[in-house]
Amino acid sequence: MFQHFGDPGKMKDYHYTGPVEHKFSPYAFNGGTVLAVAGEDFAIVASDTRLSEGYSIHSRDSPKCYKLTDTTVIGCSGFHGDCLTLTKIIDARLKMYKHSNNKTMTSGAIAAMLSTILYSRRFFPYYVYNIIGGLDEEGKGAVYSFDPVGSYQRDTYKAGGSASAMLQPLLDNQIGFKNMEGVEHVPLTKDKAVQLVKDVFISAAERDVYTGDALRVCVITKEGINEETIPLRKD
Amino acid sequence: MALQDICNFQSVFEDRLTTEYPAVPHGKKIASNYVSGLPFSNNKSLFHFYIPVAEYLDESPIQFGQISTVQNCSAVSSEDPFLTSSSLPTCLPFASSQSVPLPFPMAHGTTTLAFMFQGGVMAAADTRSSCSGLVACPASQKILPIHSHLVGLTSGTSADCALWKRILARELRLYQLRHGRRLSTSGAAKLLSHMLHPFKGTELCVAATLCGWDGGEQKNFVDSTNAKVSLAKDERFSFSQQCSIRKKMNLSGPRLFYVCSDGTRLRGMLFSVGSGSPYAYSILDQGVHWGLTVDEAKSIAREAVYRATYRDAYSGNCVDMYHITSKGWTRRNREDLKEEYYREKERRKHEKTESLKI
Repeated sequence: MFQHFGDPGKMKDYHYTGPVEHKFSPYAFNGGTVLAVAGEDFAIVASDTRLSEGYSIHSRDSPKCYKLTDTTVIGCSGFHGDCLTLTKIIDARLKMYKHSNNKTMTSGAIAAMLSTILYSRRFFPYYVYNIIGGLDEEGKGAVYSFDPVGSYQRDTYKAGGSASAMLQPLLDNQIGFKNMEGVEHVPLTKDKAVQLVKDVFISAAERDVYTGDALRVCVITKEGINEETIPLRKD
Repeated sequence: MALQDICNFQSVFEDRLTTEYPAVPHGKKIASNYVSGLPFSNNKSLFHFYIPVAEYLDESPIQFGQISTVQNCSAVSSEDPFLTSSSLPTCLPFASSQSVPLPFPMAHGTTTLAFMFQGGVMAAADTRSSCSGLVACPASQKILPIHSHLVGLTSGTSADCALWKRILARELRLYQLRHGRRLSTSGAAKLLSHMLHPFKGTELCVAATLCGWDGGEQKNFVDSTNAKVSLAKDERFSFSQQCSIRKKMNLSGPRLFYVCSDGTRLRGMLFSVGSGSPYAYSILDQGVHWGLTVDEAKSIAREAVYRATYRDAYSGNCVDMYHITSKGWTRRNREDLKEEYYREKERRKHEKTESLKI
């Protein structure tokens, strides 16, 4: 029986079922959830800080948001090794761009660059679910969500990582007003958005084993990036 | 050339290879492999993909009961990597290689359709992007304009389609700048097919339908009344070339091509691609003919996508429609099919009450 990683969060079978062929897999799943929301003049990127593997927790203080520029934050979840390498590569490319073009990369440009970086590894992908949150050239909030091989698009809100399937419908309903009849579409304020993100992560920590410990929220406005840490369930 | 410039990872890997190779003892495999370029490229290699050699997966430092699998590609990869990179892509090491088992599913499943009629080409697609059971994106764009008179419908892995469309757009623009005219749809389809050929056998999955309108650009090529004057002016053209130029004037008009990453390249009047295509075909075969008006064509395309989304689980959400004419493409506003579903329900209810009355 060939053990493959079709379903990363599934429990391994420990009972004896016959000869099993173990193959070295270059991937591992380290859990974690990332979320990003774009507002009129702000963007929020939030992630939990638990680093797990299988049944163990490696660290309770490993946030998954990385600051790229003064107006862009990236959230990476999936395989931690690939997250680290990818952020190092992005940082190096940002520096190269700054030195050759004498300006910092905009959020849209970073997103396009990340798409090509991910696709260059089409046949041995980075096992990372990326979400970039930041301000675009006009100062409006922008969220770009990626798949592991580089397909991306701009959204208003997106959840990625282990609890994404639980969070995305909640965001669709609360921010996108989907499947609600006769509701006034009020634009999201910054404080309301931060509160919503906190509530949403508390719910995720209840039901997803790979999400918990603490929540790191980065709020990006034209004044800069403001970080906040809120404790979550530790069990 | 194209992908390497866009992805720009060549320098990273080349440095590694040049510095590491002299020091590496003979017989040890370097965990990277290159595919060299197609004949028309003037660069040494077209794509620099990082493709893991199978031995990398077997030679784990942790020895716990690994079984070394004998593969065809291992013979090729045991060669000097420099030798393989300098040869043309006749031997593709990863064609039969067992690629790394991915821990995540890729986006698939769609309904796209396009057909030709007297008013040009009508293209329609749904907007759902699914990843084995989860809707990754309910509002993805599957119809990508390549240039003013060419539109491509994508089906397959969305990352592959997005990148390859981008490369095709770049190549077509370069052609336009070099030769002063747009490449025909047939030429664009051939170009895409040849670019995808080195990746035949890999897990690349692109099934694109190119819809375009050819011709109608430079006056001295298309305008038949001025043809004689311009041809007389330019004495480079021989008689046979003049004949072919006159023939070309009849070759302008709507064009539809289907290109697949397994090598298919077909020209046709009607194509539907994706998991929902059987349902779309049934509607289209019933109603599409050359003499449709633009409004009739729009409603048929919409109905076909609606029926496909109704029955196919992997298609859904909204419908995008593009109409290509001699003046270029025009886009219709994205329409949410949820409304259509409720309208249909109302109609059925209404019909039922009507029939009960009688």
